[in-house]
Amino acid sequence: MTTEIRPGEFSAEVTNISDAEQMRYIAGQAADARLNVEIETEGMTLNMGPQHPATHGTLRLVAKLDGEQVIGAEPIMGYMHRGYEKLTEVRTYPQVTTLINRIDWLGSFANEVPFILAAEQLMEVEAPPRAQYIRTILFELSRIANISLFLGDMGVQLGAVTPVFLAFRDREFVLNQIEAVTGGRFHPNFDRIGGLKDDLPAGWIEDTKAVMATMRTFCDELEDLVMGNEIFQARCRGIGVIPPDVALSYGLSGANLRASGVDWDLRRDAPNSMVYDQVDWKVWTHPDGDSFARYWCRLQETREATNIIDQLLDNIPSGPIMAKVPRIIKVPPGEAYVATENPLGAMGYYIVSQGELVPFRVKIRTASFSNMSITPWLLEGVFVPDIITILASLYFILGDIDR
Amino acid sequence: MADDTAVDDAAADASAEETEEETTPVDPAREAFVAAMGEALAAAGSDMVESHIGVTETWVRVPRDSWVEAVGAARNAMGCTWLDYIAGIDWLPSPFGRDMDSEQDWVVHGREENEPEEMQHGYAGGATRFQVMCRVANVSSGAAVIIKADLPDDDVSLPTLIPVFPGANWHEREMWEMYGIDITGHPDLRVLYLPSGFEGNPMRKDYPLLARRVKPWPGIVDVEQMPGEDDDSDGSDA
Amino acid sequence: MISTLAVALDDYWVTTIFRIVGGLVAILLPAGTLVYLFLFKMMSFMQSRLGPMEAGPYGSLQLVAEVGKWIQKEDIFPERADKYVFALAPVVVLISTFVLVLVVPFGPDAVLLDLDVGIYFALAVSSISVIGILMAGWASASKYALLGGLRAAGQLIAYELPLVLAVLGVVIQAETLNMNDIVRAQANWEIFGFGGFGMPFIITQFVGFCVFLVAIQAELTQPPFDMPVAESELVTGYLTEYSGLRFLLFFIGEFATAGVFSFIGSVLFLGGWWVPIPGLEVESNWWNIIGPLVMAGKMMLISFFIFWFRITYPRFREDQLQRLAWKFLIPVALANIVITGILKVVF
Repeated sequence: MTTEIRPGEFSAEVTNISDAEQMRYIAGQAADARLNVEIETEGMTLNMGPQHPATHGTLRLVAKLDGEQVIGAEPIMGYMHRGYEKLTEVRTYPQVTTLINRIDWLGSFANEVPFILAAEQLMEVEAPPRAQYIRTILFELSRIANISLFLGDMGVQLGAVTPVFLAFRDREFVLNQIEAVTGGRFHPNFDRIGGLKDDLPAGWIEDTKAVMATMRTFCDELEDLVMGNEIFQARCRGIGVIPPDVALSYGLSGANLRASGVDWDLRRDAPNSMVYDQVDWKVWTHPDGDSFARYWCRLQETREATNIIDQLLDNIPSGPIMAKVPRIIKVPPGEAYVATENPLGAMGYYIVSQGELVPFRVKIRTASFSNMSITPWLLEGVFVPDIITILASLYFILGDIDR
Repeated sequence: MADDTAVDDAAADASAEETEEETTPVDPAREAFVAAMGEALAAAGSDMVESHIGVTETWVRVPRDSWVEAVGAARNAMGCTWLDYIAGIDWLPSPFGRDMDSEQDWVVHGREENEPEEMQHGYAGGATRFQVMCRVANVSSGAAVIIKADLPDDDVSLPTLIPVFPGANWHEREMWEMYGIDITGHPDLRVLYLPSGFEGNPMRKDYPLLARRVKPWPGIVDVEQMPGEDDDSDGSDA
Repeated sequence: MISTLAVALDDYWVTTIFRIVGGLVAILLPAGTLVYLFLFKMMSFMQSRLGPMEAGPYGSLQLVAEVGKWIQKEDIFPERADKYVFALAPVVVLISTFVLVLVVPFGPDAVLLDLDVGIYFALAVSSISVIGILMAGWASASKYALLGGLRAAGQLIAYELPLVLAVLGVVIQAETLNMNDIVRAQANWEIFGFGGFGMPFIITQFVGFCVFLVAIQAELTQPPFDMPVAESELVTGYLTEYSGLRFLLFFIGEFATAGVFSFIGSVLFLGGWWVPIPGLEVESNWWNIIGPLVMAGKMMLISFFIFWFRITYPRFREDQLQRLAWKFLIPVALANIVITGILKVVF
């Protein structure tokens, strides 16, 4: 009965109802208008669409607003879903290593480590000590590379445009070090079952120590510039408070959990073959659970990572880089799950192997998926600008959510 | 090749406890945990059908009908308040073959027939095609358990865990859309990753990965040299 | 030569042309300088990057390139926008800036309009830009632009009051509303009988100066007060639907207004076109030539602070912004007035 209205056309030109019907309709509307003195405005729906400067990637957030307050918010994801779990079923283990580099694209090396550790557990192979040390060093370097971006980026979300430039500048040094070893800044593809692909280049240890000193200066600068800023504190303190039991039941991990006061760090609390027990380091927690606490925790973690790397650099044992593994890797049947404390949180791989060249099933447990699942609960009743603050402080990466 | 793996799997499946004693040292802490878990499950109205203690993880299988009580027992009695993930597994061997034979080999060895294989299950046993698992951890003591449940073939559904863990919401939505496991009692069962209106359940083994159907696996090309080795080799090796 | 200039200046048309050129220069030169020097270069250096380097030596022609780019863009009207209001909004904002520069004195005679109620006129006229912004928000026919416009209106009206109250302290001290007389008052100030050195009012009116700086930061919707522009539903708030020449007018208006407010600030607090040069009297004609240069320097000083705050601070949330204005700035400015009044009577 009604013709389809194409964009740009006014409906008056394509109506099919007769004039008499139109008059009756208008008269009815006028009658209703006389009855309704107050115009009821329904809540506005705010759609922060997939292309958006405030989210790290293609996240869509649909928020129902009542004036300035959010009644309900819901993230819609899947714009970057690449089907990793299906893809891993037809790839050999080294090919899977290449693939999973791209899950959390800022924490480059860290994506590979839990997978390799799980595969090593199934193959009952242990990497030689030198490889374990270098693996841990690269793991912490990728943590610094990832979190330093967050430290600057949270400023940008709140309007301070300067810290992000400092973050990018100082992060380049860390990426240079990763590139010197692995050949890739963002996707190193360096971990192998049984060890690493290559040894360290000459002079790398001294260079990395200098870079760690630079990163410590950077952390101090940002502590002053961003965390000490009164406006930043006014925007972040008390915003997005997550109580610890809620955090646990939603599966939050990483700094989000520690900022709520839960002392849980997989580097210390879960058995894995990385050398954190050889290093003197500290787990940072904050009792508040608000956005400021999350920022604070991540800043301290970055500084702590520089200390860990310094200690490890002093003690790298000599030896082979790779254990004896066959050339074509067939993993014996079994199931293994290894999770590590990645920059974004707890990332784990559950490998089901049936003795083939390819895994039977790989379940990828990503941190940002669980971190984001708390958003509908968390965003109720906050103001619109606080949505940005909370999303920024939870720090997710779309590749990590969508896999 | 197929025979070797069949023998290996048979050896691995036969009696989890025996192989565990040969290769993994007995872990009294985790054995105590499993025993306590068994008691908690029984108290909650569930049942520990099977268990397995691996190198670092502990598996427990429970009946599907007491899934919520079992996870609740893990949470309340064993203190595992941290939800790690909820996932599904489809144990059906892929009807499209193992994609192990490369196009290059067909010329030499001929293309292998896709024989229907029998289903092999993993740790803590199982008998049906679909299985779900849920991992929860205790952040104070560091103990963790992976709870598995078989879904009967004629009733692929699961009660929702949202009353126990609110964070189960998204995990269950993902299971529903990827495996087609119906979650009963879920307040908002919508697609999470897939576009709306998507037909099919991609993670099921009989849902084809189109890329491999269009272009078969080219074989292991560019095998990387071991560090220190120098000989060159090419092509596939199985 | 000066006498022939003086004779020529008696002619109405010559004077008018001088005035028009002078007014345009007074608007556009500061705008251009601020955009290039502070927005492009200073901001970049503070962020450890170089800024535009391609167009001209050290990127000095970047502004020319930008103007050319904006002019040649398509002039887009939203479908349901109110055409006339939409087109008029940037003009209204610019008009308020142009009218504002009329009363700014660049020298004892180099002022376009020497009003006895100079500063009062300036404050009144600066409020016209609020209308322009509301027009822009309404006429864009977009929910988000409207909300941005409303937020901007609320913010600008809220910060008018601290602006006026801060200026009032200066007026009490100078005993006049005439801008030129305020400069002369600072030039002729005698501290405990010691004259000849003058005193910029920033020394005694320091609190007023700080309130003034915060108020103009908010009047210009610069960070930390840029909630209407930046986070107003993601795009640029009331500016969302503007493109091409109209956006350029808003852009120029923003920086020109920054320049003009800095001029006013330097007149009120920094001594205007007068610096203590030994041997040069206040009423000398040389001030008509040196004065504009002095004003330019002082304008750059105040703009430096505006842009420095802009680059460094994150932005306030709307309610925090309003709380700052109503609960903090206004009481402080009122206290300043009371104390100034008391001290004026006592001394």
